[in-house]
Amino acid sequence: MVHAFLIHTLRAPNAEDTGFCRVLYSCIFGAEKSAEDVRPHGAERDRLLRKEQILAVARQVESMCQLQQLASGRPPSDLQAQTSDEPVSLHEAPRGVFGLAAGDPFQEPRTVVWLGVLSLGFALVLDAHDNLLLAESTLRLLARLILDHLRLLAPGSSLLLRADHVEGILSRFLPHGQLLFLNDQFIQALEKEFSASWPR
Amino acid sequence: MFSAGAESLLHQAREIQDEELQRFCSRVSKLLQEDLGPATVDALQRLFLIVSATKYARRLEKTCVDLLQATLSLSTCSEQVQVLCAAILREMSPFSALTLSCDHMQNPHQLSLVASVLLAQGDRREEVRSVNQRIFAILESRQPEGPSLRPLLPVLSRVVGLAPGTLQEDQASLLSKRLVDWLRYARVQQGTSHSGGFFSTPRARQSGPITELDGAVASDFFTVLSMGQHFTEDQWLNVQAFSMLQTWLLLSSPEGPGTADAEDRSELEGSTLSVLSAASAGRQLLPQERLRKVAFEYCQRLIEQSNRRALRKGDSDLQKACLVEAVRVLDTVCRQDPSFLYRSLSCLKALYGQLGTDAGSERALLPLAQFFLNHGAAAAVDSDAIYQHLFTRLPSERFYSTTLAFEVTRFCRDNLPLFDPHLLGLLKLSFPNLFKFLAWNSPPLTAELVALLPALVDAGTAVEMLHSLLDLPCLTAALDLQLRSSQMPSERPLWDTSLKIPGCLEAFRDLQFQPLFQHLLRTKASGSTERLVPLYQLLQPMASCARVVQCAQAVPTLLEAFFSAATQHQVADKALTNQLALLVLERSDVLYQVPQYKARVLRVLSSWFLALCKQKPSLVLELARELLELVGSMSNIQSRAEMFTCVVWAIGEYLSVTCDRRCTVELINNFFEALEALLFEVTQSRPSANLPRCPPQVVTVLMTTLTKLASRSQDLIPRVSLFLSKMRTLGQSPATSSVYSEEDVEAIRTRATELRNLLRMPSVAQFVLSPSAEVCQPRYHRDTNTALPLALRTVTRLVEREAGLLPG
Repeated sequence: MVHAFLIHTLRAPNAEDTGFCRVLYSCIFGAEKSAEDVRPHGAERDRLLRKEQILAVARQVESMCQLQQLASGRPPSDLQAQTSDEPVSLHEAPRGVFGLAAGDPFQEPRTVVWLGVLSLGFALVLDAHDNLLLAESTLRLLARLILDHLRLLAPGSSLLLRADHVEGILSRFLPHGQLLFLNDQFIQALEKEFSASWPR
Repeated sequence: MFSAGAESLLHQAREIQDEELQRFCSRVSKLLQEDLGPATVDALQRLFLIVSATKYARRLEKTCVDLLQATLSLSTCSEQVQVLCAAILREMSPFSALTLSCDHMQNPHQLSLVASVLLAQGDRREEVRSVNQRIFAILESRQPEGPSLRPLLPVLSRVVGLAPGTLQEDQASLLSKRLVDWLRYARVQQGTSHSGGFFSTPRARQSGPITELDGAVASDFFTVLSMGQHFTEDQWLNVQAFSMLQTWLLLSSPEGPGTADAEDRSELEGSTLSVLSAASAGRQLLPQERLRKVAFEYCQRLIEQSNRRALRKGDSDLQKACLVEAVRVLDTVCRQDPSFLYRSLSCLKALYGQLGTDAGSERALLPLAQFFLNHGAAAAVDSDAIYQHLFTRLPSERFYSTTLAFEVTRFCRDNLPLFDPHLLGLLKLSFPNLFKFLAWNSPPLTAELVALLPALVDAGTAVEMLHSLLDLPCLTAALDLQLRSSQMPSERPLWDTSLKIPGCLEAFRDLQFQPLFQHLLRTKASGSTERLVPLYQLLQPMASCARVVQCAQAVPTLLEAFFSAATQHQVADKALTNQLALLVLERSDVLYQVPQYKARVLRVLSSWFLALCKQKPSLVLELARELLELVGSMSNIQSRAEMFTCVVWAIGEYLSVTCDRRCTVELINNFFEALEALLFEVTQSRPSANLPRCPPQVVTVLMTTLTKLASRSQDLIPRVSLFLSKMRTLGQSPATSSVYSEEDVEAIRTRATELRNLLRMPSVAQFVLSPSAEVCQPRYHRDTNTALPLALRTVTRLVEREAGLLPG
């Protein structure tokens, strides 16, 4: 099952800006049992740890994506916003997978599947023995839905104040982190349901 | 897309002060109480951003938090508002002021939302158990026309994943029974659409049967690979049930609650003439057993359905994912109940034969290999073909697929304990092929291969492997050329199209270099090594392309892993140490010239050369000839200074009778002369010659080594002393002062003086510079009567007293 889903910024390789990699949205599906922490503020420390784990993953995804872009020689303009209305072909988008050892940063060993579209990175943090093929196609699906429904291709739009849309999509297509075997017809039906209950 | 506007919004959300936040919370509270329209949605969206934007906890007003929780349980507000409330509470989690509970909830959708908050608390107050209880309360009391159970299964799957022991035996049985229903008995008619208007009659929209992915009418029960225009509730549950099937089977296995032990069962079957099925022997199947039977049938059906030609691309992707999952589930079922083995084996062997060649279908190879690994022995199946495919064909054909590379390496890593000697041998021989995965995809694969490398290292292939590791960047370049030469022009190029290297491409196709390229791109360890020096020059234009550089950066890490593993083997194989040491010496100057590659590799090789010497002190003696050659040439200092320094130091340390009784005075003298000549060249000024550039460490190590050798062969002492005293004039000639800086010269002079002083007391020099084994023990130095520092202090005092009396 999926442990977490996150969306973060992706800077082009060799970019001159010295800004940070920002996590724009993250959702951890059910936390593991916290260690016995009787000190005060144990809950806050837990939350801090979770946030930092997610940020660590985001940074690693960004650097993996940058390295892949450099190696494949794709021009950085690939990551810039498109002005056309055509849907972005996600089959060609840079994507990859890498492993996280136990303790670094999660307690259990995990696997990360990621996808880079324009200047956004999408990543799924999976348990070590999940169906990677399904995870990859689910990630592509989620990215497409989020880009379409939030019209992120249009200039000036952002997902920062519209996290509820992302939540709505996740609750249907990755409920509680459950990867679903959805064929095209099921996806269409779910999309219709979502559009009906969510004003744009 | 991450514009300056978005960056500033994020910044504002992070910087908002406590006071302002509390004011905003009051506003949100007001809105939540009065109106749940667009204004509330807007405010909640902002509140979500504020809470989630920072990793430090935000304290929200109590009324606000209470209202958020209350709104979550309200069934009258829109999904958007509910989702936002849940999201905010979840983002704040874990927090101790949560009063939300799922007791008495009847609506699955609401329970799902509340559970997303409760399960984020980290199970501090047994939230997992209470959510679990509620789920089963709803499941048990299921009304036929009640709200849809669809939201329930994912929560259940999550609960089971978080705390498998939470389920009681009867709950597990109930779930297994329900899963059987949903998996096997979903209807095969399409649902009706609910979007009809007030005036349309149901009969006007008579729905047809469910179809397969290629359009044919469904031939058997409903599965995830069945199509229809609209789906019914039980068909949705079918999809979800299959999605959680593997998790449930694994977690409710014989160690889990409520199931019979697999061994007991097979005994039972054996005792009732296992040819007959359990049902016909008159015994009712337990829910778990029924579930396995249904799971088996479902997977068989999926495998059949995956053969069909899907009408849409998305569906053909799903077919491949389903194939992988079906094999995984069959593996689990067979592990829990070996009676399914026979039928599964025949089905899967047929599948292996049918695997297509389009991209993605080879992913099913891995679960197949896993299945045969787990069960092949029991079924006496010769699965060699599949492993050959996995280790030999796949890496050489699909090295560019990162996910495949990752999966294959993981498969090898995870299953090492299960490999029998034959398979392990095959794996070890396939290392050149596995390295291709790394050469092309170095950033994600480095960690994986470092973990796998110790298992691949073998005394027989270690030398060849070291050569391969040092030539990895060359392999990357060769793979790139291979892709360019072989790929059809219509496909999207997998290589860097901005890099134009017609010369390299020509060289790749040139018959003259075929043997070298073939050796580089070999799929199995060949047992021989080829010198690839001509290729280094040919491929020089590619040496700074990004992929090659990334591979080069990974090599030092791999070398460390290699040497750590190889030194384990040396305990058994003394000859290996010599071979590796020789290789290190030879290759330290023969490398593909990628920027900074040589420096990094030399650092690792030098330190491991010393480690090899330390492990086997007689190494220096056994390699005396090669070492003499190395120190005989001036050019070696310049081209590989770090290695040179280590070699000279090793000579000083280990060329003594205490390390190897075969050490003769003649040998020491030979080395002495060679080193002395070298030192002379780098330090003495000759008006006509240009002084070669040489790091000061080389000078000091040469001096120290000469002193050490002299302390062992004492007639050399006068020569060394003379030489060292001449060092005092170092830096005074214009030639040396241009090469060595002031601090360097000072350091060299100080060292020269120390060594000279030491040599005035030859027996002390011997004690200090060639200590016997006991001296190296810490005990020797803690014992105040025999300690080395005492000896040194004595020497120093004596020498200082005499300093005024000695000439020069």
